[in-house]
Amino acid sequence: MTTPLLEVDCVSASYGAVQALSDVSLQVMPGEIVTLIGANGAGKSTLLMTICGAPKPRAGRILLGGEAITGEATHLIMRRGVAQSPEGRRIFPRMSVQENLLMGAQALTTGDPTPQLEQVFTLFPRLKERLAQRGGTLSGGEQQMLAIGRALMSKPRLLLLDEPSLGLAPLVVRQIFGAIRQLNETTGLTVLLVEQNANQALRLAHRGYVLVNGRITMAGTGAELLARPEIRDAYLGSGHG
Amino acid sequence: MKPASALPAALKDALIAAAVSAAIFIPLVALRTDVGPTGALTLRTRWPEAALLVGLVFLGRLALVLWTGRRGLRASTAPGPWTQRLQQAGRLAAPAFLALALVLPAIPGVDRYWLDLGILVLTYVMLGWGLNIVVGLAGLLDLGYVAFYAVGAYSYALLAQEFGLSFWVCLPLAGLFAAFWGVLLGFPVLRLRGDYLAIVTLAFGEIIRVVLINWVSLTGGPNGISGIPRPSFFGLPFSMAGGEGTFAGFFGLEPSPSHRVIFLYYLILGLALLTNWVTIRLRRQPLGRAWEALREDEIACRALGINVTTTKLSAFALGAMFGGFAGAFFATRQAFVSPESFTFIESAIILAIVVLGGLGSQIGVAVAALVLIGGTEVFRDLQEWRMLVFGGAMVLIMVLRPRGLVGTRTPSIALGKKRAIGGDLVGEGRG
Repeated sequence: MTTPLLEVDCVSASYGAVQALSDVSLQVMPGEIVTLIGANGAGKSTLLMTICGAPKPRAGRILLGGEAITGEATHLIMRRGVAQSPEGRRIFPRMSVQENLLMGAQALTTGDPTPQLEQVFTLFPRLKERLAQRGGTLSGGEQQMLAIGRALMSKPRLLLLDEPSLGLAPLVVRQIFGAIRQLNETTGLTVLLVEQNANQALRLAHRGYVLVNGRITMAGTGAELLARPEIRDAYLGSGHG
Repeated sequence: MKPASALPAALKDALIAAAVSAAIFIPLVALRTDVGPTGALTLRTRWPEAALLVGLVFLGRLALVLWTGRRGLRASTAPGPWTQRLQQAGRLAAPAFLALALVLPAIPGVDRYWLDLGILVLTYVMLGWGLNIVVGLAGLLDLGYVAFYAVGAYSYALLAQEFGLSFWVCLPLAGLFAAFWGVLLGFPVLRLRGDYLAIVTLAFGEIIRVVLINWVSLTGGPNGISGIPRPSFFGLPFSMAGGEGTFAGFFGLEPSPSHRVIFLYYLILGLALLTNWVTIRLRRQPLGRAWEALREDEIACRALGINVTTTKLSAFALGAMFGGFAGAFFATRQAFVSPESFTFIESAIILAIVVLGGLGSQIGVAVAALVLIGGTEVFRDLQEWRMLVFGGAMVLIMVLRPRGLVGTRTPSIALGKKRAIGGDLVGEGRG
């Protein structure tokens, strides 16, 4: 059996006295797209941030490719080949698209960012057209492309995406998810996707986990979870699919 | 807008402005207390003066509203017509400024007074550029920048006096000490932002000043340090004696007091240009880009694997170092330092230069320093009204250009040309 690229083992985390995650365990195998779905405040983003080192887990272990990264500083974790497109995209509004992308290459250990830049442009040709434009003037969908592109600049082994569909029109969401699938199929990039848009996310992902109040309540393949009546009721709205 | 409806609206607007000004001028101007011969306070009223001021405000506001429409002066954050022109002219303006600065001492009619003014302005340009690294690029609001200026000045004063070290040895040391204090300030404030950061840096500036006042055995306390060695031209002193081994003697020139002033002028020009050059270079490096990204969004920086700690500390250290250089220059120019030169108002002026110039803009900072420092010198004849002009200029700039004189940001890298961009004022979106 291959070692998981990411293993979260019985992790608990809290903000001060507020317990945000309790005993969360999940695995992401190399080349997989895994999605984590759940309602607002379930702890999805907290889990992503805990994987990135802030907040530090109170208990449990996090392993990246079999090596423990629990409690390591964020910038060191990122240098090990993890990249994140944070919640709310958080692009640099006054910097140009090109500068935004180059900021993503800061954690790149090998010097030249050109091959990464080319990869991003193949994936999102729109960004190439907008290269000199300020990040803040892009549309929401373009900003999300930029956030993902920026994360790809560090040549990651594991890409963490925090709600890429947030606030985007359905057509744009389909475009973004299509790009994620394409990326996974062509380069074998491993993706951990946090989403509220359970329907689309489960269709895209190989496997999924459901997080409720800081605990994993269900796990399975995307198709399995989509078929579960509880999921349909809680996250998909009955009748729609 | 139809003129018929414009007039009543303008009258109403002007009346409101007059009422506000009355609320200010009645206690400030109309009522005045004087100390009588017995030491008792007597109240004197000056109603005509107050009425005149209120009337002026009324008329001024009325004229303004009628002239520009209901909204009064329009603020613009977008590149306005004249910034765009400035940006286009920037290609020429920056080299033109530089050329003027270089030949200033040689221009006929430029006497000692103008050179001294030039030195003063350039000192503030350098301080503005130094603080620009911290506030403009890294976005860390620093209200205690003068502390590093003081550290540099006292470092030079003490090293030169106690150990007899030359200016050129002391200069890097002064920068190093200031950078050290920059890091020292940086550590406790790593997690602070905005207002909270401003308060701590303000306190830091005061701490340095209070220490300078009270550590009498080292700093001479409020009396300061006098008789600081003047700079020499790489070992050749400037002396009126004009003998062998002095600057004038060595080059076979007529001894003149202006030699030293010209030397000081070029010295500060060189130091300021060094600051500018380092900043421009760094903006195109990963470190400089990380500073700007930090200003934009700290959380995103963390998510991208940027070491926020070292990035912040490097900004504090580098900004402080240039402050220290400027301080050493100040000490050698004045030959006297005292804590009085390093009060909070100095920090405020330097910050005002950076903010008015446009955070992060090199040319904007230089223009703002010229306007604020040079301007107040030129208006010296106005005496106490000078500060009114100073304040008025600041208000006007902020009303018209809330983002500073040069509010637009030039990307540090442009499409196609990669790292080899020639001019530093390439217009936005153009290669």
